[in-house]
Amino acid sequence: MIKRKEDTNTKVGPMMPNIQHEYKLHLPSQTDNLELIRLFVGKVAEKVGFTENDVGKIELACDEACTNVIRHAYSEENNDKSLDVVIEIDFQKFTVLVTDHGKGFDPIAIKIPDMKEYLAELKVGGLGIYLMRTLMDEVDYNIRPGVQNQVKMVKYFVDKRNSKVVKPKKRG
Amino acid sequence: MENFKISRIDRESLTTLQIGGFLDAHTAPSLEDAIQKLMDDRRFKIIVNFKDLNYISSAGLGVFMGFIEEIREQGGDIKMSNMTSKIYRVFDLLGFPTLYDIVEEETEAINKFVMAESDND
Repeated sequence: MIKRKEDTNTKVGPMMPNIQHEYKLHLPSQTDNLELIRLFVGKVAEKVGFTENDVGKIELACDEACTNVIRHAYSEENNDKSLDVVIEIDFQKFTVLVTDHGKGFDPIAIKIPDMKEYLAELKVGGLGIYLMRTLMDEVDYNIRPGVQNQVKMVKYFVDKRNSKVVKPKKRG
Repeated sequence: MENFKISRIDRESLTTLQIGGFLDAHTAPSLEDAIQKLMDDRRFKIIVNFKDLNYISSAGLGVFMGFIEEIREQGGDIKMSNMTSKIYRVFDLLGFPTLYDIVEEETEAINKFVMAESDND
């Protein structure tokens, strides 16, 4: 008896996006591109079915990551100031990779602000990293100064805190 | 800047800044300039009406953080009104409602300033 090969897509279930997709944006590292980056990331997040609230979180986290690159990654003399925003979608998660080729930094040296302390001292700045970590499920850095620096941010389709499955929109 | 709008309305000792569009690292300098101008004009009782603002990042929040201490030292305040739930969520995430006076409507902010003034008389 010939056993019919199982359709891996049905195994995953109709609630999950069943094909891996990749979306890429390569653009000058300038603040006037932040709106474009938010639109790009937001539209893709919307397309795969995140709620309006989660789309807002992903847009903001990505804006913060790119703002850090634009403000700190490159020195004045650097001619090629560009950044890449790549979105990878697989069965479980939505991953945003923000990559630059600037001077990098030591991620261990980044102090996540204690918000009570922060508010008491009325500090300016430093909120971006706190926001990224709060808005996304995972944030990791891969720093190779002058070669490639990458921030990886992940949002799972199942909200770990509420165990709610995010329903992707019907395709087509 | 086309995607960020700001207008200033002075009424006696109070100033309202109506902001609209989006507030990110690109547009935050416009807000910074407007508040700096208020400092130069010695107008420290400020209401920021967020009615038409549809996005804020930490760059925008940082502008308020940069001025609030000086404004309070001068006997003033920044009161915020008419935020959409999307904008309020960002403030809330950072615990800012404990730091800023955030009200539903601009009239509430005006009343609070007026009441505080009459208490001081």
